[in-house]
Amino acid sequence: MSDDAVGAGDGGEEPEVADCEETVHRLYHFLDGELTEDRRRAIRAHLDDCGPCVDVVGFEAELRRVVADRCRDRVPDQLRERVARLIDHERVVSGGASD
Amino acid sequence: MADQADFAAQAMDYMPSLYSAAMRMTRNPSDAEDLVQETYLKAYRAFGGFQQGTNLKAWLYKILTNTFINTYRARKRRPEESDVEDIEDLYLYHRLGGGAATGLGRSAEEEALDRFTDDEVKAAIESLPESFRMAVLLADVEGFSYKEIAEIMEVPIGTVMSRLHRGRRSLQRALAEYGAERGLVDVHPG
Repeated sequence: MSDDAVGAGDGGEEPEVADCEETVHRLYHFLDGELTEDRRRAIRAHLDDCGPCVDVVGFEAELRRVVADRCRDRVPDQLRERVARLIDHERVVSGGASD
Repeated sequence: MADQADFAAQAMDYMPSLYSAAMRMTRNPSDAEDLVQETYLKAYRAFGGFQQGTNLKAWLYKILTNTFINTYRARKRRPEESDVEDIEDLYLYHRLGGGAATGLGRSAEEEALDRFTDDEVKAAIESLPESFRMAVLLADVEGFSYKEIAEIMEVPIGTVMSRLHRGRRSLQRALAEYGAERGLVDVHPG
């Protein structure tokens, strides 16, 4: 991977740029949307010029999408009906039906 | 305060995601159905205390998680820890050939991910120790934030992060094992 850790800071604010190591280290916090705005921006800036890190981030994001997509189970019809019935029953028993 | 009459209209839509989570937690359909049913009954009874405008899905998950822990965890105690220290960063990525070459668009290792079946991904999640499994489910399948997961599981945010970190590593190793069985994965990369 590239190791151009220092970004071209040409303004007064000196924009922070992350390196590959930091990007991998903070990968999950980045994908989780749990980084501070500064750190998120630093990683974004790194991703603008590091192909290998873009590949890694893309892979981990895709993995998460695959995991989420593959973990869906169809609710059995009888469960849906049973829950609806139980809640109806519960409402009648507790007297909430008369409204 | 929420009105019980609104419960069904608001809460029933979450059943597919609650049921899927219950399947991963209990690892069998009949326990998962019982768990979801129990969750909805408890939620209905407690709905008067739900603050309208706050996160109903997180509230339901908290009831689901508590019910699971109280009802099922007592039954079978499993070893909680697993050795994840030897699983390096980007474990699965490297085993699917990541880092070898970069091109534009979807990479070969991303394509390889698509070849995992539903059953393999479910089994990989279900193989995780319980507390890791819950954290990974809540974050990666359901998309809850660290703070929400901390509230659902009633643990500090630091604990959530550590369980997620370890759980995700274990998940990558489990997926790599399924992939190796089918020849999708290079067991000894590099």
